[in-house]
Amino acid sequence: MHSSEIVQQQEAVAALEIQNLDVFFGQGQDRLQAVKGVSFSVPKGGSFGLVGESGSGKSTVLRTVSGLISDWKGVINIKGNAIDHRRDKAFYKTIQMVFQDPYASLHPRHTIDRTLSEPLILHGLKDRDARVDQALVDVGLGTSFRFRYPHQLSGGQRQRVAIARSLMLEPEILLLDEPTSALDVSVQAEILNLLADLRERKNLTYLLVTHNLAVVAHMCDDIAVMNRGEIVEVMSVEEMRNAEPEHPYTRELLMASEGYVPE
Amino acid sequence: MNKPLLEVEDLRVRFHSKRKTVEAVRGISFSVGRERIGIVGESGSGKSMTGRAILRLIREPGEVQARKILFDGIDLQSLSEKEMRAIRGHRISLVMQDPKFSLNPVMKVGHQIGEAYRVHNRSSKAEAKKRALEMLEAVQIRNPERVYDSYPHEVSGGMGQRIMIAMMLIPEPDLLIADEPTSALDVTVQMRVLQIMDKLVRDRGMGLIFISHDLNLVSSFCDRVIIMYGGRIVETCKADELQQAKHPYTRGLLAAMPHISSPCERLSVLERDPKWQEEASVDAFI
Repeated sequence: MHSSEIVQQQEAVAALEIQNLDVFFGQGQDRLQAVKGVSFSVPKGGSFGLVGESGSGKSTVLRTVSGLISDWKGVINIKGNAIDHRRDKAFYKTIQMVFQDPYASLHPRHTIDRTLSEPLILHGLKDRDARVDQALVDVGLGTSFRFRYPHQLSGGQRQRVAIARSLMLEPEILLLDEPTSALDVSVQAEILNLLADLRERKNLTYLLVTHNLAVVAHMCDDIAVMNRGEIVEVMSVEEMRNAEPEHPYTRELLMASEGYVPE
Repeated sequence: MNKPLLEVEDLRVRFHSKRKTVEAVRGISFSVGRERIGIVGESGSGKSMTGRAILRLIREPGEVQARKILFDGIDLQSLSEKEMRAIRGHRISLVMQDPKFSLNPVMKVGHQIGEAYRVHNRSSKAEAKKRALEMLEAVQIRNPERVYDSYPHEVSGGMGQRIMIAMMLIPEPDLLIADEPTSALDVTVQMRVLQIMDKLVRDRGMGLIFISHDLNLVSSFCDRVIIMYGGRIVETCKADELQQAKHPYTRGLLAAMPHISSPCERLSVLERDPKWQEEASVDAFI
């Protein structure tokens, strides 16, 4: 095969591809299937949104991809390679996650410096000083924040730290679990802008989970609507905006996001 | 609607600590009729403190001061704690954000609702049960008997919020203060809960203070809106005129929200002007 063909073929491989994913909780009689036959793929540099209400399984999909849930069946391909139930170090250099609540996801007794250095130590990376400083600059905080503790930061600043931490290992794919739902709208705008900038600058691929349709419409190219563990509809954001979505559940979500409708 | 149910003038809430005093609410004046009034603002704007101050629910080291808090002709500041208890729940109710923390976890749902009725009305247990079941039905719970005998951990979040609302409405209050009553709920459930409250305002002539951070929701749900920033009211307007708001803070908030129908490359970021902190509070009378 010619070398340019190989390059082309590599580009065609999705950054993240999920086929027939089933996820279970509990054991024996109490075993519950939280995710049923979910399939979708995110191209490299793309941004894919998973929307749905609480209990729809959207966060479960994300947690399964990141390795936080181990009872699953199906295929998860990262850049064309199927991943195992056990994840190796290289996996975490490719994929990182940002959690919903910046008040809960940062260790309250570790300085920002320690929080950001930890992934570097675990992976034996050098130049820790320079990398931590650079990460703080990248997320718009500046180096003066380096030796502070989380309680000295606002919610928006904490979420910036959480984003900085997820970028320490220079991953290609970010899993974002409701990254702005704990924040005020004005702070949400700042964080969404930051995520958009970082995606462009570092050519990141995003998988975003949220219940806020306006946020997905702003951030993503394609979205999948989940309900009771299944994907009920996949469409591009354009389609959502223009044409009426087909599934009644999507329509209900869309209507509710426009504000209050009297009976 | 024209005669105010609640009048508040120059309300201040302060918190004293050894080193400094924080003023959470800084001299706001407003009135509420038999209408739906929305108080919006970001975290720390003082909106929740306003709701709590009216019901005198702010404890030491907090301090509430006002020139006037008049509810239906009663001066709430002059009441004793015992007299105040007769107002709370019975005449003015408060629905809080999260049912997980507001319901008694070791008491059956039905008994909690019945208790709310029995505290304010002398009635038999059977009567209270009947009323509680009716109320559960009124907030559109499909299987009231089953829910009556459930504990709070056995019901979903949306159900829990409806139970809270049932509990707050059973003494038939004249004024309901709802502090982010639907923020913990999914959008579709949120819609149902709002419809229930909307119906009560229309059918029973109840007054509603709806505290929220969601501008979209408030502008579509309420009659009037009060916008708070830094413990003061920066602007007030009719809810359907919120899109034409003039204050740069309100405009900034509106612009910072992403919209499904009007996509943009970057969201505009709110530039906070320190001047806003110093401006006089706007009066929001009917």
